[in-house]
Parts: sequence; structure tokens; C-alpha cells
Amino acid sequence: MLKFVLRRSLVMLLTALCLTFIVFFMTNLAPNLEKLAKSEASARMSDDEVASWLEKNGFGQPLLVRYGEWLGVLPGWTVTENGETRGRCIASPASAADAPAFCGVLQGDWGTSTVFKDSVGSILSRSLGATAWLMLWVMIVMVPTSLLLGVLSGMREGSKLDRVLSTVAIASTATPEYVSGVILVVIFASATAGLSPLLFEWGLISSKTLFLGTATSAMDGITFWNFALPVLTIALYGIGYIARMTRASMTEVMVQQYIRTARLKGVSFRQVVIRHALRNALIAPFTVIMLQFPWLLNGVVIVETLFNYKGFGWTLVQAAGNNDIELLLGCSVVAVFVVLVTQLMSDIGYVFLNPRIRLA
Amino acid sequence: MTDWDNTKPILEIENLSISFFTRLREIPAVMDFSCTVMPGEAMGLVGESGCGKSTVALAVMRDLGKNGRIVGGSIKFKGRDLTNMSEPELRKLRGSEIAMIYQEPMASLNPAMKIGAQLAEVPMIHQGMPRDQALALARQIVADVRLPDPDRILQAYPHQLSGGQQQRIVIAMALMSKPALLILDEPTTALDVTVEAGIVDLVKDLGEKYGTSMLFISHNLGLVLDVCDRLCVMYSGEAVETGNVAQVFDDMRHPYTQALFRSIPLPGADKTSRPLVAIPGNFPLPHERPKGCNFGPRCEYFTDGRCNAGDIPMVPAPGDRHATRCIRSTEIDWNAPIRIGKAVQKTPVGDVVLRMEDLRKYYNVSSGSFGGGVSKVVKANETLSFEAREGETLAIVGESGCGKSTFAKVLMGLETATSGKIFLYNQDIQDTPIEKRSTDTVSSVQMVFQNPFDTLNPSMNVGRQIIRALEIFNEGKSDADRHARMLELLDLVKLPRAFAERMPRQLSGGQKQRVGIARAFAGGAKIVVADEPVSALDVSVQAAVTDLLMEIQRKNRTTLLFISHDLSIVRYLSDRVMVMYLGHVVELGTTDQVFSPPYHPYTEALLSAVPIADTRVKKKRIVLEGDIPSAMNPPPGCPFQTRCRWKSQVPGGLCDREMPPVVTLAAGHQIKCHLSAEVLNGMEPVITIAAE
Repeated sequence: MLKFVLRRSLVMLLTALCLTFIVFFMTNLAPNLEKLAKSEASARMSDDEVASWLEKNGFGQPLLVRYGEWLGVLPGWTVTENGETRGRCIASPASAADAPAFCGVLQGDWGTSTVFKDSVGSILSRSLGATAWLMLWVMIVMVPTSLLLGVLSGMREGSKLDRVLSTVAIASTATPEYVSGVILVVIFASATAGLSPLLFEWGLISSKTLFLGTATSAMDGITFWNFALPVLTIALYGIGYIARMTRASMTEVMVQQYIRTARLKGVSFRQVVIRHALRNALIAPFTVIMLQFPWLLNGVVIVETLFNYKGFGWTLVQAAGNNDIELLLGCSVVAVFVVLVTQLMSDIGYVFLNPRIRLA
Repeated sequence: MTDWDNTKPILEIENLSISFFTRLREIPAVMDFSCTVMPGEAMGLVGESGCGKSTVALAVMRDLGKNGRIVGGSIKFKGRDLTNMSEPELRKLRGSEIAMIYQEPMASLNPAMKIGAQLAEVPMIHQGMPRDQALALARQIVADVRLPDPDRILQAYPHQLSGGQQQRIVIAMALMSKPALLILDEPTTALDVTVEAGIVDLVKDLGEKYGTSMLFISHNLGLVLDVCDRLCVMYSGEAVETGNVAQVFDDMRHPYTQALFRSIPLPGADKTSRPLVAIPGNFPLPHERPKGCNFGPRCEYFTDGRCNAGDIPMVPAPGDRHATRCIRSTEIDWNAPIRIGKAVQKTPVGDVVLRMEDLRKYYNVSSGSFGGGVSKVVKANETLSFEAREGETLAIVGESGCGKSTFAKVLMGLETATSGKIFLYNQDIQDTPIEKRSTDTVSSVQMVFQNPFDTLNPSMNVGRQIIRALEIFNEGKSDADRHARMLELLDLVKLPRAFAERMPRQLSGGQKQRVGIARAFAGGAKIVVADEPVSALDVSVQAAVTDLLMEIQRKNRTTLLFISHDLSIVRYLSDRVMVMYLGHVVELGTTDQVFSPPYHPYTEALLSAVPIADTRVKKKRIVLEGDIPSAMNPPPGCPFQTRCRWKSQVPGGLCDREMPPVVTLAAGHQIKCHLSAEVLNGMEPVITIAAE
């Protein structure tokens, strides 16, 4: 068990290294650096001035050296100019003497965001906190709903209930978040279209819209009205997917011989489903649910942007859109970490859920 | 239900017809089926696969699935018609009055539920018994089905038990509420013979103890003779003969029953002097049944214009409640001796072609959920030594896990031996995996596999598959050459040449196995390993395939290594027999030597466990206790000591401590046992045939 976790962790580390290097390489391509120089110093610099600015700010070194600096395995750059020493690890010229030699991810220094003018570490922790709330509610809505849907449609394959629920599930999983999000906003959160004007006219709601079209206020306090739409948008996609998986697994279990045994023991259909089929049917969807985490990240990017919720996805979009190199790198490390940790959890969880995998 | 009159039948099926409905057509599965089961009676339903016997059982449980429907007739259980009962009424009956035991015990137990919970459920549903009381009852019944350590078993999950134990649990589950009728659907087919014997004994005893009536479904006539009082033979959806077991076995009145008995290897049958008589032709598909008698096209007494004129009714035959579905039953001379086919000369055996010396094969396995853990050594083969001669049939017999398949893999080169030598024509090949063997070696050692359904490429036609083998073996100079050779091979295995163009899915099981044989002989194989070549086939087809193998062997002087667990067929066709147990060869000798005393104690038990479908045969009943020990954790000393009934005859606990030496009893007869010569010579034969 320990060996297994250790091996997986090593693989995880290696993957994280490779991926961050790729991101590092892409964000540090020459045009990006030029854009960075122009946005940091002056937009009207000549090419020579750009080159000398880059040189002075530590961008002149080879790519690998800078990657090492970012990681914290190589000492940060220093430049002495006009008697003032500036450098990667030096916050202000005054403290240059007692600044550490190394400052990278390994030392806990994620760098500074050029867009938000704040340290990457604090931006990430704030936005991840916001996203965690979103994820939590998505899971709370998505998992029970999808399992219920899957079990109900899988227990009698081909019945009317199955057909209806399957159609719903396929429709919801076939609709991407940027479509379903927009549709939900139009129906529930628009002052000019959908349900809200009608309800307002009838005096059923006091505000202009039923739900809020933006989730910005959820950053301060989550309410049903400001959070339901973003949660629903992400959950809808996952619900359909997991429900399909559960249905497949359930139909497979329902034709097993031990289900026949139970039926011919005189167990009622309800009890057959609840006592005999359910646990066996949940083994396969468990993996799928765990695999949904990385997918959720994907949806988070779209939904947070759509609803202007300042979480991880929104930060990622901002960082990518503004060529914020260090923030983008931080985001990619987090993303890799989330994906790989959920994989590890799903592998371990699977062994514990399925008694047959535990070898005697 | 307590006031049920004991003199009236428990189950009365009258003119039952069942059909399955597909989008294309209605497929009749059972037609005009009638039978009656009296209280305490065991009724056997016998027939080949697809004859509708399981459908009848499921119809009694009213569990035919979505597509199946009862289209006519009635099923009366204790006088009440099951065919028009409502779902809640049926539920009350299922599990409490009628219980069922299934073919595959592993599949019929819920893998995620503890045994105790699964057993206790039955009385909790039907009698509203509280949980602790139900568990106490479960414990008692588990002890009743002779399982050791019931408390531990109640807490176990199904996968922690062996196949035999699982089947006992399924039986216990059926007995939880003392049903009046027990339906057993091939309850022992998935089990080893010695385990089967234990289960059959148990079922018989429990039937007597509780007075339960039984509907026993099986394709094995010997088993039916052991268990049942009455029997009903089915063919293609119809009951063709029904009556007392003894009557049907000795005075059969239907040509199919007769043909069935002639195609199974009973003691007395012999491959040279009295070969099996295979039933010609194939089982008709449900939607292609002929007019009139279904068996007509395959029947040797068929008369045109009568047998195919119209529906054939059941007519009474002499004896107690004996009936047959044959209009010529009174005209046929049933006592006419079997028309013996061409008796053939026994082939003389030639030189040694294959020799094994002290062959060992060990596997390393690791335990633990995430890899790692303790690695153990599985000794799949231990000190295997023997030789096989040209033109000889050497049978390798043993139950699952005895190492017979490992041995075949090592010989084929799919695995390499851990130590020891294999000589093929004095060339040692034990360390050469199949990729490195020369084409000659590969083509001279070939294999016929157990399951013909999986071993043919489903997307390549039959001719192409054989030609492919010819190409690999460098046979023939040109494509035309190989094509001609392929057609010859089809002739050899008696398949029509037109089959070359067919796809495997268009072939029946027996035909597929013939293709498998043709492929094995494509390169002029000198040694053919046949790994249970007929066990997946129906009885009537088995005989034909076996005889084909024998005939090709005689023609090509091939050495046949016949791996099987079926001792009847081994006795019929082999020259020498090697009995294996837990990787050891416990007995090796000519067929006569092995099948008559002195025996190795394991051989003795094995012989007694095999059901024989002959009323004249008297068998000594030896039931082995317990299961085969795991090869991962073999007992110390003699491998068989944990189950041996002769152990007490060996002084000084030698069996617990020492591996017995190989003792040569007579020329070519060796046995691995500590028993003294006097004890061995005092053994009585297990099977005796009463004089006629």
C-alpha cells in the first residue's frame, strides 16, 4: 500500500515537472516577453529598449536557468546598477543584503502576479477557496441526483421511465457548459427574457430577476439566489455523464444471476434493487465520479467567467489573457496536482469498495 | 398449505408450451410438455443443451424474462395453477414453497453481501422472523449442509469460499424455509467430480430428511441414475420419453433415448472392439424443426410418410407411468443388438517420441492489494516423468488445479520449465519457448483446445484459418497447393468441403471443434495435446468427435495426449493413464491397470465419484471430505493425505511427514503411495458390473 502510494506520488511529481516546464516554455516565448516588457515599462519602447529591459530584469538568461530559478533549485538573478542591487529574491533595494539566495516554488515563493500586483500564493489560495465552495455544492447536487437517475433508469432496462431518464441524461451531457449556462441565464436571470419578467409582472418576485445573473456577490456570502445557476450549470453536464455510467452498470447488475437468485428467493423488486443491486452497481460509477474532478476544473473555467465568480477558473483566464507568467505557472501546478491526487484517491477507493479486489 | 393431501402430486405440468418472442418471429422453446412430480419424488429432466429443460424449470418459477411467455397448458403446484398467479402471490411461493439451485454457484451469490445476510433474508421475508433468529437458523442449516466452521462462513463473502462450498451455500439457501419442491438446474456441472459426488450425496440425504420433491435438471445420465426416481428425456423442446429411471435405462422405448445411451462411453465400450455410435446429423434449431417427429431426420427407424406426417403424440409404453413420443414404439425390436460399426485393429505402439524427466514448473505469485506483499511459490508441476510412444493415447486425468494444463503449456512451449527435461525425438526442448522453436518442432507438437467457441478467429472463414496454419508450417509450395491440402484436411475431419467458405459463427460446436482438429493436424503433427476436447460439447456430438480423433490417430500414427477429467471417456479411448493430484503424478499405468485394483487412494475416489449411466453397475461409494488444497499452500508430506481414507493404514504418521516414493507395482504401473503391498493388494474393485 505504502509502496503503491509512493510510486504514484513520484509519477505525479514527474508529471508536474514536465507540465510546468511546457507552460514555462510557452509563456516565455519571445513575443510574450516583449509584450510583458511593454506592459511593465512603457508601451512605446523601441526593440533595443525592450532587449535591455529584459536583460536587466533577469529574462536574458537561458530558459533552463530561469526555470531552475522559478523552481528554486538555482539561485535567483541579481543585477547591480547604479549602486543598487536588484534581483529575483530582493523585495526592495534596502534589504538586498539579507535577501535569500534561492526563492522559488520549493521555498514557497510562487512569484508575483503582474496583473493583480499581489503574490501568486495569496491569489491562488483565495481563488481556490472560492472554487472549493463551488465544487462542494456541485458535488452535493451532482452525485446524489445522478446516482438516483442512473439507478432508476437502470433497474428496468427499456421501460418508459428508463427511456425518459436516459433522454434527459443524454441531453444534459450533450450540452456544453457555455451553452447550458447561457440558456439558464436567459430563462431565469434575465430582466427582459425568460421567466423573470413574467414573475415580476405577476408580483411574485420583488427584484427584477428570479436568480442573479452574476455570482460575484457569492464571494462575500453564498445564497441560493446567487449560487444556484453556476452550480447547476456545472452539475448538469456531470449529472448526465455519471447517470449514463450508473445506468450501464445497473443494467449489467440487474441481469446477473445473483439478482435472479434474490428474485426467486421471494425478495420484492424494491428490496432486490436496494439490498442486492445497489452496492454492486455503484462500484463502476465511483471511478467515474472521481474522474469528474478534473472535468469540473474544465467547467469551472467557463462558468466562473460566465458568472464573474472570482475563483480559480476566472483567475486562470485572467492570467492567460494578460500574459501573467508566474500566475499561469502557479495555476498549472495546482491543476496538475488536483488531477493526479483525485486519480490516486480513486485507485485507492476502488480497492476498498470492491471486496473482491482485496486479496487474502 | 399444511393440509395438502400427500397422495396427490406436488407438481403437475400439463401440455405446457413456452415461446420466446423476438422481433422477427415467435420461437417455440417447449411444446406440449407434461410431467408429474409426486411428494418426495425426484424427477430428472435430461437432454442436450437447447432442448428446453432449463426453460421448463424457469417456467415453474414463472421467471421467463421479458421475451418468454407461456402460450399454453398449465403448471399446477399443490393444485393451484401457477400460470395465472399474480406477482405478489408468486413472491410468497418463491423461496418458501419452491426453491431453486443453480448451475454456477459463484454467479448466483451476491458478491457484495455476507453469506449470513443472504441466508437469513429468506426466513425474514417469508416468516417475518427477526434477524438474530434467522441468523441462528442459517447457522444450523449451514451445519446441515456439512460445511465446517459455520460461524466463520456466515461472516464470509462468497469469493472467499471454494466452488463446492459456494454450492453448499446455495443449497442451504434453498433449504432455509423447507420448501416442498426443489428445482436443481445442473447443480454440479461447474464442479469437480469428487466435489460433485459430495454434493449429490448431500442432495439425496437432504431430500430424504426433509421429504422434499425434486426436479433435477442435468445432461448427465449417470447423475440422474444416482439421484432420481423418475426421469423425463427431452429433445428439441419436447418430452420424448418419461418413466421410471430403471425402466427408461433398461427398457427404453424411444430411438433418441437409445441413441443417447449408445453414444456415451459406458464400461464395456472400447474404441477398437465396440466403438461408440454417434447420432448422425445435428440438433435442429428451434425455428427449423422438421414436420412430425423432431428426431426423425437423425433416427435410424425413420419411415417416410409416417414419422413426418403430423404431430406425434405421447403414447403409453409398458411399465409404470412410462410413455414415449414415438409412433413406432411397438414395432421396433428394442432388444436387437447394436449394429457394431467396423471393428478396427488396435494400432501397435511404436518408439518413444516424447520423454519427460523430472519436469518441474513453479510460479511466483504475490499477494496483497497493491502488489508487493509476500511472494509465494505455486508448485504447479512436481517431478513429472513419463514417456509417450508413437501411436499411443496417453490420458492425463485430474481435477482442476492438479497441474494438467500447466503441463500442456510447458510441453507446447507457452511456458518454460523451471527444471527437468523434455525430449522430443531426443532433442531437448524444455527451455525453448515457442517463439524460438523451429517450425518443425512447432508443427509436430500441436494442441486441440477445450473451448471450440473461443479458439477460432470469428472474422476469418474456416478455409482461410486452416490455410494460415499451413502457411506458418511452411506446408505446400503454392497457394493452390495449400488450398488443395486444406480441402483434404476438411475431408479428414469429415466436414463438407463447402465449409471452407463459412464463418465460424455459422458452425455448431462440434463442427468448430473439427476445424480445430484440422488446424492441429495441418502440419502433420506427431504429438497432439487434446485439452478436454469434448467437454464443452453435447453428449451426442462428443462420441463423433472422439471417434474422429481416434481415426486420425490410427491413420497418422499420432501420439495423443488426452487431458480430461472425464474418466468414462478416458477409459474408452486411452491406452495408458496418468493420474495427477496437486502437481504430482500419483498413478501411471495402462488403462486396465489404473482402472482395476490396486489403486492409488485418489484414483479409487475418483473412480467412485464418476457417475455411470448403467443400472447394472454397482459402485462403492467413496466421498472425499473437504476440498482440494490450494497449490499455493500444499499440505506437508503426501499431497493427498488431507483427504485420504487409507491414511490410518500407514503406520507412524508417515503420510504427514514424507513425500511417498514412486513404487512400481507391475510392469509399467507405478504409484506414489506409502501403503504397503499387502494393503494395496487387498483393495476391492470400485466398479463391478452385475452379471446379466
